[in-house]
Amino acid sequence: MNQLFPFPPEASLESRGVDMLYFAMVGVSFLIIVIVFGLIVIFAWRYRAGSAALRTRLPAFFSREVEIGWTLATLLAFLGIFAWAAGARQVHFAPPENALNIRVVAKQWMWKFEHPSGAREIDALHLPMGVPVRLNMTSQDVIHSFYVPAFREKQDVLPDRIVTLWFTPTELGTFPIRCAEYCGTDHSLMDGEVVVVTPAEYARWSERNGDRGLPASGAQRFAALGCAACHAARSGIAPRLAGLFGSRVRLEGNRTVVADDAYLERSILDPRADIAKGYLPVMPSYRGVASSEDVSALIAYIKSLRAGGKP
Amino acid sequence: MTDIPFDAVPERLSSEPSYLEEHTITSWLFTKDHKRIGILFATSITFFFFIGGAAATLMRLELVTPYANFLSPDEYNRLFTLHGIVMVWFFLIPSIPTVMGNFLIPMMIGARDVAFPRLNILSWWVFTIGASFTVYSLIAGGVDTGWTFYTPFSTMFSNSHVFAAAAGVFITGFSTIATGVNFITTIHTGRTEGMTWFRLPLFVWAIYAVSVVMVLATPVLASALLMIMCERMLHLPIFNPDTGGDPLLFQHIFWFYSHPAVYIMVLPAMGVVSEIIACFARRTIFGYRFMVYAMIGIAAIGFFVWGHHMFVAGQSNYASLVFSFLSFIVAVPSAIKVFNWTASLYRGRITFEAPMLYALGFVGLFTIGGLTGLFVAMIPIDVHVTDTYFVIAHFHYIMVGGSVSAFFGGLHYWWPKATGRLYHEGAARLAAIMMFFGFNFTFFPQFIMGYAGMPRRYEIYPPVFQIWHVLSSAGASVLAVAYFMPLFYLGWSLFYGERSPPNPWRATGLEWKTPSPPPKENFLVPPRVEHGPYFYHAEQDPGDLTEIDTGR
Amino acid sequence: MSGASFITKESWSDPEQEFRASFGMWVFLSTELLFFGGLFLAYAELRSQNYEAFAEAGKHASFFYGTLNTFILMTSSFAIAIAVGAQERTDIKLVRFALVATLVFGFGFLIVKGLEYHEDIEEHLIPGAEFPSGMPAAQMFFALYWVMTGLHALHLTVGLGVVGRVWLIARRAELPENFHRTLEVSALYWHLIDVIWVMLYPIFYLVGRST
Ligand code: HEA
Ligand code: HEA
Ligand code: HEC
Ligand code: CUA
Ligand SMILES: [Cu+2]
Repeated sequence: MNQLFPFPPEASLESRGVDMLYFAMVGVSFLIIVIVFGLIVIFAWRYRAGSAALRTRLPAFFSREVEIGWTLATLLAFLGIFAWAAGARQVHFAPPENALNIRVVAKQWMWKFEHPSGAREIDALHLPMGVPVRLNMTSQDVIHSFYVPAFREKQDVLPDRIVTLWFTPTELGTFPIRCAEYCGTDHSLMDGEVVVVTPAEYARWSERNGDRGLPASGAQRFAALGCAACHAARSGIAPRLAGLFGSRVRLEGNRTVVADDAYLERSILDPRADIAKGYLPVMPSYRGVASSEDVSALIAYIKSLRAGGKP
Repeated sequence: MTDIPFDAVPERLSSEPSYLEEHTITSWLFTKDHKRIGILFATSITFFFFIGGAAATLMRLELVTPYANFLSPDEYNRLFTLHGIVMVWFFLIPSIPTVMGNFLIPMMIGARDVAFPRLNILSWWVFTIGASFTVYSLIAGGVDTGWTFYTPFSTMFSNSHVFAAAAGVFITGFSTIATGVNFITTIHTGRTEGMTWFRLPLFVWAIYAVSVVMVLATPVLASALLMIMCERMLHLPIFNPDTGGDPLLFQHIFWFYSHPAVYIMVLPAMGVVSEIIACFARRTIFGYRFMVYAMIGIAAIGFFVWGHHMFVAGQSNYASLVFSFLSFIVAVPSAIKVFNWTASLYRGRITFEAPMLYALGFVGLFTIGGLTGLFVAMIPIDVHVTDTYFVIAHFHYIMVGGSVSAFFGGLHYWWPKATGRLYHEGAARLAAIMMFFGFNFTFFPQFIMGYAGMPRRYEIYPPVFQIWHVLSSAGASVLAVAYFMPLFYLGWSLFYGERSPPNPWRATGLEWKTPSPPPKENFLVPPRVEHGPYFYHAEQDPGDLTEIDTGR
Repeated sequence: MSGASFITKESWSDPEQEFRASFGMWVFLSTELLFFGGLFLAYAELRSQNYEAFAEAGKHASFFYGTLNTFILMTSSFAIAIAVGAQERTDIKLVRFALVATLVFGFGFLIVKGLEYHEDIEEHLIPGAEFPSGMPAAQMFFALYWVMTGLHALHLTVGLGVVGRVWLIARRAELPENFHRTLEVSALYWHLIDVIWVMLYPIFYLVGRST
């Protein structure tokens, strides 16, 4: 990115559309400004005091027609712009299938990332190019905001909630991460960088930094934290977790959700958020009880359970 | 002879003692005269403007380099909080309503005074005490939450004087509400014979619309601040996420107030500009009625768009779509107004005294600010630019370029009426032009770095943005000079300026039908109104007394 | 101009003034409603998210005192309405009596509230360490309970001052000619206090009962 106009590169699938929308809008505005300012200047000159210009009064009906005319015109213009922008966003509503799920924990004033492989990093985030990524983010203190200008993506990270953001990196390289929501003293230093590498490299990287034993350690923690007490093979109290991952779960209030990473994490950290159908909301929240490592391990473990498996 | 609006004031009135006669301190501090109260407010908000400006100056100085130079991060955070709080609540929101509203509304509708004079002076006391208290706590103690007080930072994490600041803003809220109640009642019950609703000058309509918003929106802010205070002082968990509190609840309540509040800041400016343009174009406002409906529309729809401040905050996508849509709808009336001002110049007899320069500056800068408002109302763009300097630039264009220009325009326009003195025209024009260029110089660069991803509320920033920050700071210094100039030439005119005739601009409107400065009770007997406002065409063809009420 | 349009009416009409005070009061009442509106919104939002906790916490709120106070306040409102009616019939004795009744009921409300608060404090219903209920969200219920009922009590205290003032005027030998206006405006404010309570009552004292 050049020094004078430091526009960030378009490094994600989404960024292209945003820039198009933006520069189109710059064009429209430029047009408007030319018209409005142009008219003001012309009138100011033509009808300056003492100029010999026609000044008889306008017929009353005239102004009414004009008013209605440009009101409708503006309304239509606005509706058009809105529709375009809304459409551009719509495509972004549904989370991508088979996305790479990464857990993000924000706290004053750092970013922690945990990959499915168990690889952990701070203020740096390795991503494979061309693979849809889904960040499941939460904050341990105040509101922060995960912002990657090069991806044209931003999402506030709330305490005690899991918010998700998804995008697809399309360029190799490193791109700055910034915290965009004011969060106290070092808000302006709460940055990091996304390192986009080829899928192969990413695989190698997470291999190197991950730990194979994650599901195993998850199993231990599952026992240690007393999950097994309820989620044991056929204790009627709690649903079986084997084969849960990826399946459609029926919830109280006849909602159904796909049990993805975010769902698992939510079920552990605030079970009340959605209650599996036919069960009582007796599961305690493990927020504060289970460390963020625990949660990653547990999720890995639950994902590893194939249908018909133990719990 | 026919009653053309700009002829002389009856001798009976001219011989009356002016409202400035008495000179004792108490005659000012405990006055019930709406004109004096307007002057009192003027002095208070001018003071606060320079406090806020000083903070801005220090910020701009610090931002010349990407590193922390003479301010620690905490000091910087306290500065932009002080700047935001002071400029919004203690300068811009009260500015035009309490100064020009108080001074002019009764005169414009042909009344002796506002409906509740005692409440009026009380309002000034409450405002000045509350605001001074806040400013003291902001400077002595310091608050680092930003003017938006987002929870849970403000309630649980900030260890600065949030309580004091919130309490101060809470108190000044009473003043805003009192003023609003007063104006609404005045305009409903104080109009003189013949002053029908659709003969009201647009400035009166603007103040009316604003008062309604003040009365309905301010209490909601009050409740939000109250909850913050309770949580901080009494440790009552309301926004606390650990007890299941909703981290977005505060934002919803805050913006439910603060978006209408931004229209509190612009509607009066629109009123002022309408008066000025009509006068210096010597022509009636094009589509008077549409201007009225537009202002009412803005005030009403303005209550339903708050969610556009929360596109990335975690509200549902569908909510975002609705708020985005409504933001476009609320923009339509603003568009109508811009077009009408432009059309009002058509076939006019235009002269370019200082007030007109400010007014034209307003139209231009408001258009740019508003258009960029549309940018941020588009979700995909906002996701990228929210909480960047793009937003900072957006609202400074409207609030500083727009509203503050309009304030200065009105100040110059009614200065002779209020003081009975004329200022130095040349100096005034120079200041107006310097403000315009200094302003663009300061804030246009912020659009560019904003879209390039420069986040707001950053003291230490990536060096690539430095040149744009340097430009911005350079512009700010021009702006500072421009803002200081009126202090001098207006101050000078107070003592040495030549006496002003009752109607120096040959303007229509009842306020010009009394001497400058006006007598204590404005008129000896209530004037009778026979036609709509902006009767300028009568200059050309006297005797043409038909209502110029286009758009019916 | 030859003052053509100036010599019309001799002075400003004062019937205007009459109307103004109550008009202004109405506008002010809208403010008050929105002030509590913000708090009600907070309540609604938090309850929707912590349904059980709020129901559970509601059980702790004293149904008895709440209901008793509702009756007391309703009666006081009725009393001041009588005062206004009597004033129109220029039955000044009844006016005085009704005003006293209003004041008495008003104070009664405060006393009952005091007893209730005392009981709450006994039960440690103050958010914090030794708060009884296990559900943390129950604390938010009581946070709002204290804020909103406290705020209402504050309004009522102000109301007592206002009505008290009217009563003092009413006791004078001959009444000021604008007396009926003073009375009406004060009555309006008193009714508002009543209305707000009627909205507070269900959300704090009945939620516990509903489930
Ligand atoms: C006086 C103050 C004022 C005014 C009038 C406005 C007016 C508008 N504002 Fe602005 N706004 C603020 C003050 C103001 N704003 C402030 C202070 C903030 C930031 C708060 C903070 O976070 O600290 C903000 C933030 C803000 C945001 C949130 C940005 C973010 O934080 O991510 C949004 C998003 O929608 C927005 C939108 C709008 C819109 C659509 C208008 C519209 O009303 C504008 C309408 C006007 C026009 C559109 C121009 C004239 C029209 C024409 C000439 C018609 C021709 C045009 C076409 C046909 C295209 N504003
Ligand atoms: C309505 C009001 C208003 C007005 C008039 C202004 C006026 C100005 N503002 Fe302000 N601004 C806001 C409302 C306003 N602002 C708000 C609401 C915010 C958001 C705060 C937040 O994030 O919480 C903000 C934030 C804000 C920022 C972003 C800070 C950040 O996010 O890090 C910046 C940065 O450039 C800025 C600059 C300026 C400048 C240069 C002016 C100039 O127009 C000022 C010109 C006036 C003067 C210069 C006065 C002259 C007096 C002196 C020069 C005194 C000299 C004495 C000493 C220096 C001791 N403002
Ligand atoms: C007190 C008993 C109990 C304990 C201990 C418990 N759970 Fe649960 N869990 C439940 C019940 C009951 C449900 C179903 C109701 C619900 O969805 O909350 C459930 C649901 C779940 C679900 C969602 C399953 C689905 O089908 O929707 C997951 C995942 C889960 N628990 C994981 C865990 C983990 C991991 C632990 C330990 C850290 C744990 N649970 C501890 C009782 C318990
Ligand atoms: Cu984290 Cu700003
Ligand atoms: Cu807004």
